Amino acid sequence: MMKKEVIEMAQVIGQPLKRQEDIRLIRGQGQYTDDIKLPGMLYAYILRSPYAHAKILSIDTTVAKTMPGVVAIFTGNDLKDEVGLIPTAWIPPDSDLHVPPHPALAYDTVRYQGDGVAVIIAESPYQAQDAAFKISVQYKPLPVVTDPRDAVQDQAPLVHSEIAHNIAFHWRAGDNLDDIFSQADVVVKQQFRQQRLIPSAMEPRCAVADYHGATGELTLWATTQNPHIHRLLMSGILGISEHKLRVIAIDVGGAFGSKISCYPDEVIVSWASQKLHRPVKWTETRQENFLVTTHGRDHVEEVELAGTRDGHIQAVRVKVYANMGAYLSTAAPGVPTILFGLIINGAYKIAHASSEVFGVLTHTTPVDAYRGAGRPEATFLIERMVDLYALAIQMDPLDVRKKNLIRPDEFPFTNPFGLEYDSGNYQATLDKALQIFNYEEFRRDQENLRKQGKYIGVGFSTYVEMCGLGPSEVAGAVGFQGGLWESATVRVHPTGKVSVFTGASPHGQGEETTFAQIVAEELGIPIEDIEVIHGDTAQIAMGWGTYGSRTTAVGGAAIHMANQKVIEKARKIAAHKLEVNEDDVVFDKGVFMVKGLPARSIQFQQVALDAYLAWNLPPGIEPALEGTAFYNPKNFTYPFGVHIAVVSVDTDTGDITLMRYIAVDDVGKIINPMIVEGQVHGGLVQGIGQALWEGAEFDNQGQLITGSFLDYTVPKARFFPRFETAHTETPSPHNPLGVKGVGETGAIASTPAIVNAVMDALRPFNIFDLPMPLTPHKVWNAIRQAQLSS
Amino acid sequence: MVSERFPVTLTINGQKIVRDVEPRTLLVHFLRDDLNLTGTHVGCDTSQCGTCTILLNNQAVKSCTILTVQADGAEIVTVEGLEREHLHPVQQAFWEKHGLQCGFCTPGAMMLAAYLINQEGPLTEEAIRRQLDGLLCRCTGYENIVRAIKRAQEIIEEGDKERSQETAQSTWG
Repeated sequence: MMKKEVIEMAQVIGQPLKRQEDIRLIRGQGQYTDDIKLPGMLYAYILRSPYAHAKILSIDTTVAKTMPGVVAIFTGNDLKDEVGLIPTAWIPPDSDLHVPPHPALAYDTVRYQGDGVAVIIAESPYQAQDAAFKISVQYKPLPVVTDPRDAVQDQAPLVHSEIAHNIAFHWRAGDNLDDIFSQADVVVKQQFRQQRLIPSAMEPRCAVADYHGATGELTLWATTQNPHIHRLLMSGILGISEHKLRVIAIDVGGAFGSKISCYPDEVIVSWASQKLHRPVKWTETRQENFLVTTHGRDHVEEVELAGTRDGHIQAVRVKVYANMGAYLSTAAPGVPTILFGLIINGAYKIAHASSEVFGVLTHTTPVDAYRGAGRPEATFLIERMVDLYALAIQMDPLDVRKKNLIRPDEFPFTNPFGLEYDSGNYQATLDKALQIFNYEEFRRDQENLRKQGKYIGVGFSTYVEMCGLGPSEVAGAVGFQGGLWESATVRVHPTGKVSVFTGASPHGQGEETTFAQIVAEELGIPIEDIEVIHGDTAQIAMGWGTYGSRTTAVGGAAIHMANQKVIEKARKIAAHKLEVNEDDVVFDKGVFMVKGLPARSIQFQQVALDAYLAWNLPPGIEPALEGTAFYNPKNFTYPFGVHIAVVSVDTDTGDITLMRYIAVDDVGKIINPMIVEGQVHGGLVQGIGQALWEGAEFDNQGQLITGSFLDYTVPKARFFPRFETAHTETPSPHNPLGVKGVGETGAIASTPAIVNAVMDALRPFNIFDLPMPLTPHKVWNAIRQAQLSS
Repeated sequence: MVSERFPVTLTINGQKIVRDVEPRTLLVHFLRDDLNLTGTHVGCDTSQCGTCTILLNNQAVKSCTILTVQADGAEIVTVEGLEREHLHPVQQAFWEKHGLQCGFCTPGAMMLAAYLINQEGPLTEEAIRRQLDGLLCRCTGYENIVRAIKRAQEIIEEGDKERSQETAQSTWG
């Protein structure tokens, strides 16, 4: 057993240390996948369907094959019998889920604009593209459906002929609430559209595959959030044993969920490299990124809330048509079900809740996780409903929140779906936010400005989310086809320097530093002596990657456990050297000391050297010093907080100006406050983007009409005021570090805060709901309609 | 097909480079693929994102929007050329102020910043936000990029003060 001891904080955890990974990144020495260049490397260009739904009649590659530099051209027919289908790895139980076959290249029918039909492999990327333009494909266009409500109708064209009504799955949770709703004082009904978003990581996806015929080994550099999951899935698709497959993702230029999936493109280059015995690279263009990298959200939600006249929420229920796109992407079915449907009561003590979700196939780009994945949709739903309910009973929305928030003495709190919220003090974050924001003063100003014809509004979002995804038993129970534990090895070198190997695969969030801080603190060594290694399946035996804000809560906890193993062994060696009983040795700030005799001590680094020299180790102790741990968390963690947005609406133009944004988050124990704040900022901009500017649109032929940064508004710096952020710290009891997770909070909380604020500003016009994004045109139109009808 | 190649001479990060290039080669591809200067990144096809920003004759330019042959004779600085003996004030400031997360837009953001801080007089926060219009960053929410650019201006001011003190001391010395 590990000894319990109090290690005095060496003040590394909790410090805003500059990030270690930045040194290479600010020098332009990052190693992104597209930076990889191998001798003899070939370049792939994937020819994609211009139609959203069509039969492929013929593909003529005769001319293209003669083009300069062209090495090979493959079509779907070449691949279909040699590589497996692209898998779906989340099968929610009791959902009657049908996985439609997803070939790496379409060979019969294309099902969304961007579906690949051929790959051209040439000596240079320009040559591959030249040849692609010379391929002639004959299509027979077929009827298209893009809206999930249209797609379930009897006469709708089928995306996959074997899946009736295009319903890939039908999932329910919670009880029948008909009686409660029929007897309630107040019932509020609303339909929401969670519009489709395009993650738009700044780095387009890329894959470089290098097959060695002599060893049968395939190395794949890829833009992925989870190299080991990729290895597992790719080994099945390609039929290569895992130990012969190496997946590497060192620097990844943003992902936000869009780099979780296993994509056809990675499969194509891997197979091509096997075929051609040369390295093959494929780099996505931004246009392809818009078309084929997974999108996020896209729900039509019919929501009902039941409550009393005095502000007690009794029940909430939702029926969702979730647009899954043309195929079920890797984690997609889990998003609108497990990650959304089980937390629609939000931060409130609501006795009854139920969710019903139809996963619907349409002729659009497949969706998958996007920052927050399911929880932003759930938070939006309940936070907007709270405001609409407050309006219905003529109560202040803040008072409704105060009345229904789960109280600090009610934790651990079991929500109506059985999720157990770990710890929380929701009132404390609200109090802190209201210290920053003077609500009474705002309402006075609002009243005065209205008299002058100026419209400002405030919106609240009191949220809770689940993250720190694990434990593995729960993963299994909810149909995730993988584990959610995490691995760590802390390898101490003879000089006392340390390499940390983590199975989590950070991609910009700063965990090289966060993890180094945990090791520096616990082993009492300089942070400069620690290197964190991730994103390479050859160096790390197993791991489950970074998504769902799990990295520090699960991966960090694994490192903590590995540290304890190192200390345990080092203490034995130190005790032997100090010639005392192991129990008489204390470890503090990197020094092993004899209890009560601080002068008799030995440095951690000396113990490390002794462990390697092995000249004089205690009996039964093996040489070397390292610890490996596999941490399977007890449960999810539940960050929470309060966000307040203040906006003004220009009624002449419909323009919305963000005046203030206050975010008070509780993400459990904070290891690096600078990194935590940065994560909040990034999330805010994406969540506010959804409320005000972002939205993917397809026309009725399934053409993506927001297919570039010219048509799809990714927010810019000038759209924002300075963010006002603050924190409370309620440790999670679920992991030894007390951390919860921060990566998604901003994106989860901010969207409803903004929409609530705009609706508050527009109340004098009797405008109570508008679909996102709240573009000037939409807002202006609504105001004009209101003015005309009054 | 275009197979004819044209000679270009450029000065890149202080080094004279002479090469024959296909006339359609974009400068960003020339930098990345021919010269292995992979710090400059490609983020879009429409000149919106700014991750490929470099300094071309001291102007911030998107290197995906210019042909290599057009840049013939120019003096170019890429992210690899920012640092001399020490980190450039912009690199130092981005590091200090957590002005980057995934780091992909960072080289372009820093080259734009290096251009901005060379303008007359220090920029206000509002002006910085306006001037960042040619840059898309999906990680930082821009807040820390703005802080970093302000900090870079300070570092330069501090450096100027130190230098003028040194000059004053040597004059008196």
